[in-house]
Amino acid sequence: MENVIRRRSIDANPPRGLKARIMRWEFALLLLFIGVNVINMNLSPNFLNAHHLFTNINTFLVNGLVALPMAYCLLLGEIDLSVGSTVVLSATLLGIVFNATESMVLGILTALAVGTLCGALNGLILIKFRELSAMIVTLGTMILYRGLAERILGAEATGGMRTVEWFANLFDARIGPVPFFFIFFCVLAGVFWFVMHKTVFGRRMFAIGANTQAARYAGINVERTRFTVFTLTGLMCGVSAVFFTSWMGSVRNNVGEGYELEAIAMCVLGGMSTAGGKGTFPGVIIAIFTLGLLRFGLGLLNVNPQTVRIIIGALLITVVVLQNVQRLFKKKPAPANAS
Amino acid sequence: MSLRLKKLVRTREFSLLIVLILLSAVIQWRNPHFLTATVIDSILRNYSYTILMTSGMLMVLLVGGIDISVGSTLALSGMTSALLMREGILPNWWMAYLTSLGVGILCGLLVGIVITKGKVLPIIATLGFMYVFRGLTFFISDSQWVGMMQLLEDFRDFSQGTSLGVSNLIWITIVVYIFVFILLKWTKLGRQVYAVGSNIEAATVSGIRTDRIKLFVYAFNGALAGLSGAMFVGFYAGAQNNIAMGLELDIIAACVIGGVSLKGGQGTIPGVLLGALTIAVINRSLSLTGIDPFWQQAIKGAVILAAVMANVLMQRQSVRRTLARREI
Repeated sequence: MENVIRRRSIDANPPRGLKARIMRWEFALLLLFIGVNVINMNLSPNFLNAHHLFTNINTFLVNGLVALPMAYCLLLGEIDLSVGSTVVLSATLLGIVFNATESMVLGILTALAVGTLCGALNGLILIKFRELSAMIVTLGTMILYRGLAERILGAEATGGMRTVEWFANLFDARIGPVPFFFIFFCVLAGVFWFVMHKTVFGRRMFAIGANTQAARYAGINVERTRFTVFTLTGLMCGVSAVFFTSWMGSVRNNVGEGYELEAIAMCVLGGMSTAGGKGTFPGVIIAIFTLGLLRFGLGLLNVNPQTVRIIIGALLITVVVLQNVQRLFKKKPAPANAS
Repeated sequence: MSLRLKKLVRTREFSLLIVLILLSAVIQWRNPHFLTATVIDSILRNYSYTILMTSGMLMVLLVGGIDISVGSTLALSGMTSALLMREGILPNWWMAYLTSLGVGILCGLLVGIVITKGKVLPIIATLGFMYVFRGLTFFISDSQWVGMMQLLEDFRDFSQGTSLGVSNLIWITIVVYIFVFILLKWTKLGRQVYAVGSNIEAATVSGIRTDRIKLFVYAFNGALAGLSGAMFVGFYAGAQNNIAMGLELDIIAACVIGGVSLKGGQGTIPGVLLGALTIAVINRSLSLTGIDPFWQQAIKGAVILAAVMANVLMQRQSVRRTLARREI
C-alpha cells in the first residue's frame, strides 16, 4: 500500500540516501561527463587550456540558455519548437533597432521584448486553443517567426554590433580565466533550479506534467502556468539572442537553426521525459556541459562534424533506451492485487 | 442524394478544398499564367516527393507517432543508390529505385524497432535518427556530391520522363495514394491503424498487436522516404549530402493543414492530399504573384496556424451542434 502511494507521489524532490542517489540518472550522467572529460584530456593535451576551454564553453552556452526553459516546457509535457526562430527574430530586431537608433540599450530591450512577445503568442494560442498540442502550434510559429526574420533581413545581414565595446564584452569579458557569460549562465541555472525544485510554481509544473487533469481538479491554474512557461521560454530566447549578437556581431536569417533540437537533446540527455512530470534540473545542467564538451573534444580530435552528428544521435537514442531499462530494474511491477 | 451532398459539404476536406480553390483563384487573379498546364505540371513534379511522403507521415500520425527523420532517410537512401550507380554496381534504373526503397525500409524498421521495443518516445527517437541518418549520408559519401554524369542515363531519363504526357514521378505518387487510400479505408490492417491511434488500450484488449502495427507504419513511412530518395536524386540529377533538410517540417505541416490530429486516429488521404497541394502551391507560386519571395516562410507559418485554429473552431462547433441535437 505504502509502496503504491509513494510511486504515485510527485517526484519533485527525488529520494535521498546513498543507494537512491547512485541509482539516479544524474549519477550515470555524471559518470558520462567525467568519462568524456578524462578521454578528452588523454587524447588531446590542449583540452585543459583554460582559455580555449572557456571560449568553447561560451559558444555552446548560448544554445544552453535556451535549454533551461525548454526543461520547463518538457516538464509540463509540452515542447517548444519555435525557440530557434525566436532567437533569430529577436537578434534581427536587435540589429535593426541598434543600427537605426545607435543605442544598444534600446536594441537589447527590443530583443528581450520581441522574445517575450513571441513566447507569449505561443502561450496565448495554446491556452485559447486547448485542443492543440504545443508541437503543432510551435511548429507553425517556428516557420512564422523565421519567416518574419527572413522578410526583414532578406538575403542581407545586419551587423556592426561588436563595435560597441561593452556589448562585445558581454560575451568576451573574463574575470581571470572565467568568462562573465559563464558566471551569468551559472547564476541563471541556479535560479532555474531553485524555481523548479524549491518553489510552489515548480511543484505545480511537476503536477501538471504528471497529470494535467488531476492538477486542474486540484485547483491549479494550468493555463496560467503554461502561459508563464512559454512566455519565459520566449524571454530566454531573447537573452540568448543578446549573447549571440554579442558573440557574432552580425545576424543572418539562418541564425539559431537547429537550436530547438539541440536544446531538446540536452534536456532529454539530462533525463527530462518528454511525456512530462519527470526529470531534475541538475541532470539538464550536466547534460548541457556533457554534450558541449563531447562536441568540443571530438572537434579537437579532428573528428569530422558528420561523424560527430552520428555519435550524438546514437548517444541520444541509447540514453533513452538505457533509462527505460533502468526503470525496468528499479520498478518491478507490483502484483495485481497488491493494494 | 441531398443528404449525401450535405454530408460532403460538412466534411473538413470540403472546406479545405474551398481554401485551396480560393488560394488558387487569388494567385490566378494576380498572375494569369498560374492555372496553365505547364505551371501545374511543374508544381506537381517538383513536389511529387513531398506529396508522396505526406501519405506515409499520415499513417505515422494516425498511430499517434511522429517521424522527423524522414528528410534524413530520403538523403541517405538517395545517396546510397547514387553512390552505387557511380561505382557501376547498379545495372539499371529500377534496381536503383529498389535499392533506395530497400534502404528506406531498413531505416524505417530501425526507427520502428527503437520506438516499439525500446519504448522511446517517437519525437526523441526520430530526432536521434535524424542526426544519425544525416551523419551516415555524409559518412558514406565522404562528404562528396554525386554529379549528373555519374548517374545512370536511364535512371535520369525515367525520373525526368513522362508516360502518357504525365511525369513518371506523378504516376508513382498517384499509384501510392490509391494504394494507401484503399489500405486505410478497406483493409483490416488499415482499420487497425486507426484503432491503435484512437485508443491504444482498447486496441490492445481487442487483440490487435499494436507493436506490429506501429512497426509496419514506420517501415512503410521509411519505404516512401526511400522511394522519394531515388525520385529526388533522379529528378534533380545529382545527390548532395544536405538534400531535403527541413523537409519533415513541410510534410508534417501538410498533414496538419490536411486535418490530421497529432494525437492520432484522425486524418484521411483526401485531406492530406489537399494539405500537401496547399503547401506546394504556397511554396511554388508566391513568386508568380509578385509578392516578395521572402514573405514565403511567414505566409506558410501563418497558414499552418490559421488552419489548425480553424480546425479547432469547427470541431467545437460540431460538438456544440451534436449536443444541441441531443437535448431536443
